[in-house]
Amino acid sequence: MATEPALTAPETISPIFGRLTLDWIPYHEPILVGTFAGIVLGGIAVVALMTYFRLWVPLWRDWLTSVDHKKIGIMYMILGFVMFIRGFADALMMRAQQALAAGGSEGYLPPHHFDQVFTAHGVIMIFFVAMAFVTGIMNYVMPQQIGARDVAFPFLNNFSFWMTVAGALLVNVSLFIGEFARVGWLAFPPLSGSAFSHGPGVDYYLWSLQIAGVGTTLSGVNLIATIFKMRAKGMKLFDMPVFTWTTLCTNVLIVAAFPVLTATLTMLTLDRYLGFHFFTNDMGGNSMMYINLIWIWGHPEVYILILPIFGVFSEIVSTFSGKPLFGYKTMVWATACIMVLSFVVWLHHFFTMGSGANVNAFFGITTMIIAVPTGVKIFNWLFTMYKGRVRFEVPMLWTTGFIVTFTIGGMTGVLLAVPPVDFQLHNTLFLIAHFHNVIIGGVVFGVYAAVTFWWPKAFGFKLDDKWGRRSFWFWFVGFYFAFMPLYALGLMGVTRRLNAYMDQAWQIYFVVAAFGAVLIACGIACGFINFAYSIINRKKLACGPDPWDARTLEWATQSPPAPYNFPENIVVHGRDEWWRMKQNGFKWSTNYQPIHMPNSTSTGIVLAAGALVFGFAMVWYIWWLAAISLLGCIGYAIAHTFNYDRDHWIPASVVAATERKGEPA
Amino acid sequence: MLDKLKLPALLGVVAVLSGCNYDILSPAGWVGEQQRNLLVISTLLMLIVIIPVLVMAVWFPLRYRADRKDLSDYAPDWAHSNKIEYMVWGGPIVIIIALGAFTWVYTHRLDPYRPLDIAAEPVEVEAVSLDWKWLFIYPEQGIATINELAIPEGRPINLRLTSSTVMNTFSVPALGGMIYSMAGMETKLHLVANEIGTFAGRSAHYSGPGFSGMTFDTISMSEDDFEGWVTKVKLSSDDLTRANYLKVETPSFNEPVRYFGKVDDGLFDRIRGLCVEEGKVCMDHMMMIDEQGGGGLEGIADEHKYEYDQDRAIDGFGRPLPRPEASLTTHDNDHASAAPLRLAQDEDIANGN
Repeated sequence: MATEPALTAPETISPIFGRLTLDWIPYHEPILVGTFAGIVLGGIAVVALMTYFRLWVPLWRDWLTSVDHKKIGIMYMILGFVMFIRGFADALMMRAQQALAAGGSEGYLPPHHFDQVFTAHGVIMIFFVAMAFVTGIMNYVMPQQIGARDVAFPFLNNFSFWMTVAGALLVNVSLFIGEFARVGWLAFPPLSGSAFSHGPGVDYYLWSLQIAGVGTTLSGVNLIATIFKMRAKGMKLFDMPVFTWTTLCTNVLIVAAFPVLTATLTMLTLDRYLGFHFFTNDMGGNSMMYINLIWIWGHPEVYILILPIFGVFSEIVSTFSGKPLFGYKTMVWATACIMVLSFVVWLHHFFTMGSGANVNAFFGITTMIIAVPTGVKIFNWLFTMYKGRVRFEVPMLWTTGFIVTFTIGGMTGVLLAVPPVDFQLHNTLFLIAHFHNVIIGGVVFGVYAAVTFWWPKAFGFKLDDKWGRRSFWFWFVGFYFAFMPLYALGLMGVTRRLNAYMDQAWQIYFVVAAFGAVLIACGIACGFINFAYSIINRKKLACGPDPWDARTLEWATQSPPAPYNFPENIVVHGRDEWWRMKQNGFKWSTNYQPIHMPNSTSTGIVLAAGALVFGFAMVWYIWWLAAISLLGCIGYAIAHTFNYDRDHWIPASVVAATERKGEPA
Repeated sequence: MLDKLKLPALLGVVAVLSGCNYDILSPAGWVGEQQRNLLVISTLLMLIVIIPVLVMAVWFPLRYRADRKDLSDYAPDWAHSNKIEYMVWGGPIVIIIALGAFTWVYTHRLDPYRPLDIAAEPVEVEAVSLDWKWLFIYPEQGIATINELAIPEGRPINLRLTSSTVMNTFSVPALGGMIYSMAGMETKLHLVANEIGTFAGRSAHYSGPGFSGMTFDTISMSEDDFEGWVTKVKLSSDDLTRANYLKVETPSFNEPVRYFGKVDDGLFDRIRGLCVEEGKVCMDHMMMIDEQGGGGLEGIADEHKYEYDQDRAIDGFGRPLPRPEASLTTHDNDHASAAPLRLAQDEDIANGN
């Protein structure tokens, strides 16, 4: 349907525009032009409204340049939800294509477009949705759980966030200027090498992940330092809430695993830009090395996403059961076991690459061993409910949905860990169903649970119960409709990433899956309606600082918390400190002291903007712009080190006034 | 034992579901059957723990909900029990030990590189994934096909695989598991068909715009029919010479079945060595040179003899590209390719293999 960019002529590289020519603007693709028009119209509307309500200055001053971990956490969540819309639109397009393209029909997406869609779906959902969500939740909750005023390096936190945004923007730029990669979300060479992926697609992939990766790695360093150095007085490691523990393990994984990703992508970049031969077929390159390296990062990445969510469910189960978490120590050790084991299982992603039986069996068995601590966690949540008083609020609903769904996903995961079974199911839709089963059932359900649970903390009012329940049921039922057919197709041997297929017997399964995706779309819509409805009715939904009768320290502060979180330093005596404080009739003393806080800075957003320009210039071979933006970033960062205006004191009188205002009526 | 009882029931449910071919649940070869059995054993083993969890996941929150009449069993501080801890660690560990034992035994038994213990003469097949079709070479018969794999029922099939460009996965689910095919490398797979029939085969690893069309029929036939089929293929006047292979190898979509009555000797080894083209050095020869210390500085002028990927560059729609003269990659090489070639030595190396 689309005319094809004129690529068959040898490419010329202009000294000014690099390889960027008008042929790379997809104005002949109706889907993209429509999307672009929608975004422009929406953008104009937002700009007009912001100007009308004079919101630009507050936005810049209070949010974009803020180093407050709570605001950065909320901005991560907004980034996650925005990118979620993009990633889910990709999912709907794929489901529609596969529901149509049976028995010789080509559907509506040619391979050139379809292949970009599945690549973008994977990249966006993992790097810019799931990662943004878990980083946002960790950022928002963890410092309050340990009684800290902010993270260890507040400016670094702001910089990390904006680098993630820059990466996300670069992916979206590829929608309208050029193309995205057509290589699958992990870009295996030699397909992703310069010979077989000509054009800017893979370069967009590489630079957006490298830029976002800087943010992720630094954020990992930051949160580890925060947990080790900024806990309230008296809080021993084994007094930390389980969510803080899972945050710690997650960030250890980030710091250990992300450099591997950076190095691997750098090698692929050298192959593509400078004619190196790390992963080419010829000249001694070895593509199997890339596949090993990328999964040495990729498997821990799975646990980077799920461990914080395990923490979320631990907090929710214990709060809504009115009991301490069953087997706290076991939970911590299980988390630590998973953290370590996640580095010795990567080969299970490619049992079919021809390793010997001993190697395959080793990695199969290590993978199964991970099921043990994971299973223990599930039992611990169940026994937390046992003899409790379970309140079926919306977060608890998501939790029950999670336990059921995740258990099934875990079972199919262990099946895939058995090498001879994997020989049959590898790369089939069974695999797709499995990892969506654990990522949707785990991470997505967990994010919805976390948002519902901590929303009153962040804004001082609850989310609406009815819309929350609607969202849950659409998601829950929609998930089973969307992915059970894929298990069935996988058992027929149907491969992933097919843009068309001949066997018409498969079509009905794809149609049912597409119907499931529509149900999920309703669930997502209910979620957004819930946000809007609750914001409009915020007076009615207003609640005190501790609406769920929770157990950990973040509920000791006001809702929403003051910039400094805690009006005075607290001393922790044990686990579930806030529960204990409540039972002892705790009251803040009114003898407030001045509080030392970091200043806002625009450096993070400026550096990230520079990085975005650099990435764009590298993608299009605009060397002069790349050089200027890179040097500019380095210069600006050095100049920032001479900025001594970094902190301020909040006077005791202001603290006292803030605390009086936030007092529950 | 257990799986023998459950299997008919499971298959019954499957049959009711639709007329689809659940190839993985009802395979037509020994390897596939073993893998199916292992799938069933593993599922049943795990259900021992999964079913109680699912029951508890629904029953506990309902049983202990806050608005129940009798709250006397609410234990607000109860959070530890050694007995339960032993159970929740012990149960899964025992199951994983059992599953691990099965895994160890079956992974060795079903190692794709292990020749099958079947008392019948094996058939050698060399499979090459091309952009975007499968080439099957029968070295013993001296024939080759595109997108059709005929095999005699009951005889083991010894497959050697490689790829001309990117990674693919050879997959015939009705017969058994898959294995990657990779350029410059060789993988092995051993399968057998225990039924006569036509089974779907495909590439199970995304490999570019023509990937969805990389399907082929695997036709399992009686020994006599196989002889007949070989004779039919031999009648084809199309020959797979090195020169013809280079034409066949160029990217194409949804290729129809094609027969080659003759195949150049050692073609598969040359494909694997990336040296079908005249003047290219084979991979194993290159490795030998490297082992002996490499080509040294004077070898730089020979770079083109070791290059392979750039000649096969394709654009986003799968069309071959001219050698990308203008890209950054080749700027540095321009001088090298302009240097006078030492042809005599080229010939030596190219033929030395």
